[in-house]
Parts: sequence; structure tokens; C-alpha cells
Amino acid sequence: MPLQSLDIVRRSATTLPEPQVRGAHTGQVAKLIDTTKCIGCKACQVACMEWNDLRDDIGTCTGHYDNPHDLSATSWTLMRFAEYENPKGDLEWLIRKDGCMHCEDPGCLKACPSPGAIVQYANGIVDFQEENCIGCGYCVTGCPFDVPRISKKDKKAYKCTLCSDRVGVGLEPACVKACPTGAIVFGTKDDMKHHADERIEDLKSRGFDQAGLYDPAGVGGTHVMYVLHHADQPGLYSGLPDNPKISPTVGLWKGAAKPLALFAMAATAAVGFLHYIGIGPNETDEGDEEAARRESEKTP
Amino acid sequence: MNARNADRIVRYTAGTRINHWIVAISFVLAALSGLALFHPALFWLAHLFGGGPWTRILHPFIGLAMVAAFYLLCVQFWRDNYMQQHDWIWLRKINDVIGNREENLPDVGRYNAGQKLLFFLLVVCLIGLLLSGILIWRVYFGEFFAVGVIRAGSLLHALFAFVLICAITIHIYAAIWVKGSIRAMTRGWVTPGWAWKHHRAWFREVSRGVHSK
Repeated sequence: MPLQSLDIVRRSATTLPEPQVRGAHTGQVAKLIDTTKCIGCKACQVACMEWNDLRDDIGTCTGHYDNPHDLSATSWTLMRFAEYENPKGDLEWLIRKDGCMHCEDPGCLKACPSPGAIVQYANGIVDFQEENCIGCGYCVTGCPFDVPRISKKDKKAYKCTLCSDRVGVGLEPACVKACPTGAIVFGTKDDMKHHADERIEDLKSRGFDQAGLYDPAGVGGTHVMYVLHHADQPGLYSGLPDNPKISPTVGLWKGAAKPLALFAMAATAAVGFLHYIGIGPNETDEGDEEAARRESEKTP
Repeated sequence: MNARNADRIVRYTAGTRINHWIVAISFVLAALSGLALFHPALFWLAHLFGGGPWTRILHPFIGLAMVAAFYLLCVQFWRDNYMQQHDWIWLRKINDVIGNREENLPDVGRYNAGQKLLFFLLVVCLIGLLLSGILIWRVYFGEFFAVGVIRAGSLLHALFAFVLICAITIHIYAAIWVKGSIRAMTRGWVTPGWAWKHHRAWFREVSRGVHSK
């Protein structure tokens, strides 16, 4: 048997099941990012570029610590630094490691028109298969988190793979391995939720009443989750969406519109065909030519 | 001028015909490449254009060619497509139209009410496709619009394209249905009987024009 994936539960622009006899019988995976333990060292960014052999262009200083200042086709993860003045008047530095959230219901995959350019494995990882990518950017349109980026070099879409190549052989993602404070941990989703519960209990005992887990239900939960000190206000963390879900516009465009439009187009052609068979063509005959001749002779 | 001799009336000049067929061919190519990206069941159409990436690259340029050529056609046809009083009567008698009972219909000018409404529907669709198409042309314009605008553009582009494809299906069928129409757009002329039967007011205009010379 060649090296191949037998655990593809979803595949973009594909109507029949893909090879999926292999399941995630020991549980789906998740990466838990504890923003309360993050010190903003960017070791995760370095580990990501090392493991994936990515080097972004040298950017410019935009006046804050975010470096580079946005995700790109060669920067798949990024620390976003937010300065928050809490009601007591104290400064809180809220640092969030941004990147693909690996949604259980991925908007990118729903929007993608190219068969097999985006897949979801049984373990929950959403992966781009760039060889099938046509560069349309619909994944960017579909993503509720503004994550995918189109490369200027090859016009293909790129994002965090959750180190699917490492996870596939039993290793944790590179960013997890590099994190010096244990702010990023990796395991089964159940274990990660359990771990998050312990962290949240601890945070609450330290006065963070609103501490909680970010695992948004609008996208069916995510395989990258956050522990937040202020889970009631995700927006504080550099615009983390409160209630992300696949936009209704995208849902209609990639849902009901497709079969309905196809049916209506076929029906339009069928009506024409039936009219031709039932009523028939509208022809001119010698009588019409004769009438035309008579009339033009009458015309002064 | 020389619109009519004994058995032929010129309906479309060579320039207009060429213009029409540029629009028609670019429409077919834009529709096939667009449908490939619209529904997975039609993705195989992408092979006609050299695969997915080539389909993605070519589609917008084909669309621009269609819009540009349609604009030239539109300018020529615009005035002949104003709706008039008798056009509304024609529409109310749509059952006679469908049933080939033209003797019950009011006299028709150069275009009938169905052609006129189709014309303006095409104008709306082409403008809509152009504007929404720019919004979703990721390579060149992706950075200029907010994601919400691009999402709306994506849906509207599909909607306008759907309406356009249905409208053109009707247009093509009408040409097959009313015999002599295809020759008008391929060879340029119709017989006096055809003009008398389907566009009697136009037939009379042409006849008067000839006799006044």
C-alpha cells in the first residue's frame, strides 16, 4: 500500500466519501493555548518557521510588538499583543498566538471549489493540499477567523497545518515542543478540555472570575482552543470573534444555492425542449411571403 | 438605405453580427468556466480550460471581454428596446405568444416585448457581474475590500450569473423556436414574410424607407 491518508472525513468540492476507514479511535486532537501563561517570547513562531522551512520577508516596525504584523503565506502563526486597561486601571498585556483554529465545521473547506484542495482528517486537523489549490481565495472568503493567505509566489493558499506531518507520526506540533512556559499543550481534545478546566479553576481562585475556555460552538468547536482570563470578552484578544460561525452569506452561496441554481438552469432548458416538442417551432410560410409582397406593393 | 431588396431584408450588418458572436462565445466560455467553480459536479469543465488554476486565471478576463463587447452591442440596440404601450399588451397576451398565435398580437417593432425585457435583464446582469466580479477577483483586488463585502460579492456574482444563464437559455431557445432568427444573426438577413409575420411595424418602417428613396 502506498503512503496515503485513509482518514479523510471531509474533502472540499467532493460529493462522495473519501477513504476514511481509519478513524481517530483514541480521540480527536486539540492544541490548547493558555493565554494566561504566555510570555510573548515568540519561540512558537520560530519553531513554526524552522519545522516548516518558512522564511517571511523582513518587515517594518509598525509601532507594536507584533512581528511580523500579520499572518502571511510564510508566517502561519503570530503572537498578537494587546494592551488592555482593566476596570481597576491596571494594564494587562493580553498575548494571543494567532493562526488556524482548525474548526470542526471549517468555513474554508465549505467555500473551496477545488476538489481535494482542503481536507479534514478524522483527528480534526484541517489541512490544505496546495497541489490541488487553484488560487481563487474562496477559503479566505469562507474563513470566520481571517486565517488563510494567498502566496504572492505561487498564488496558492497557506495556513497552519497543526503540523499534520508531525502529528501523523506521533509527535506534537513544533510550536508546542518549543513553548518554554507550557502555555501551548497538545493532546486529545478531551484531555485538553480537562486540562483547561483545571487551569480555569486556578485562574478563578486568583481573581479572574470570567476565566474560561474558548472552543466556539458556532463552528462546531475548534481543534485549537484558548484559555482566556476574560472569556466573556474574546474581542480583547486582538479581535478574537465573540461567536464565530460560517457567514450566512457563505452558507447560502455554498449551500442551498448550488443545487437550486443547477436545477433551475436545467429546468429552463427542459421547458424550452418541451415547448418545441409540444407546441413546435414558429415558421413563416409562403402565405406570409405573399402577404408581405401584397403589402409592400400597396405601400405608396 | 439598402435595407431591402426583393426577397431579403437586412436585419443585422456584418459588424453587428461579429460583435454579437464575440459576446456569445465569451458568454459560453465564461459560463462554462464559472460553472466549473460553482458546483463540484461541474468541476470537470475546468479541464476545458487547462485545469483549475487556468480556469481561475482565465475566467475574469473572459468576463471582461464579454462586458466590453456587450457594451458596444448595447449602445447599438439601446433605443430599439424602449418599452412602448403596445409592448405591454403583447406581454398580457403571452399565451398567444407561446402558442404561436401571432395573429392575436399587436404589431411588433424591431423587437418584441420579450426581447426588450430580456435586453434590459442582460444589462442589469452584466453590470452586476462586472461589479461583483471585481470584488471577488482575489489576485488583483483581494486587498481592497472587507471580507463581508467579498462574501456578498461572491453570492451576488453567482446570482447574476444564474439569472444570466437562464436568460440566455431562453434567448437561444427563442432563436431555435422562431425559424429564420438564427439566419438573421449568422447571414444578416430575413425574408419579407418573416419580418411581416414577427415584426410587422418594423417591416412597414423598412418598406416605407425603401419607397421613400
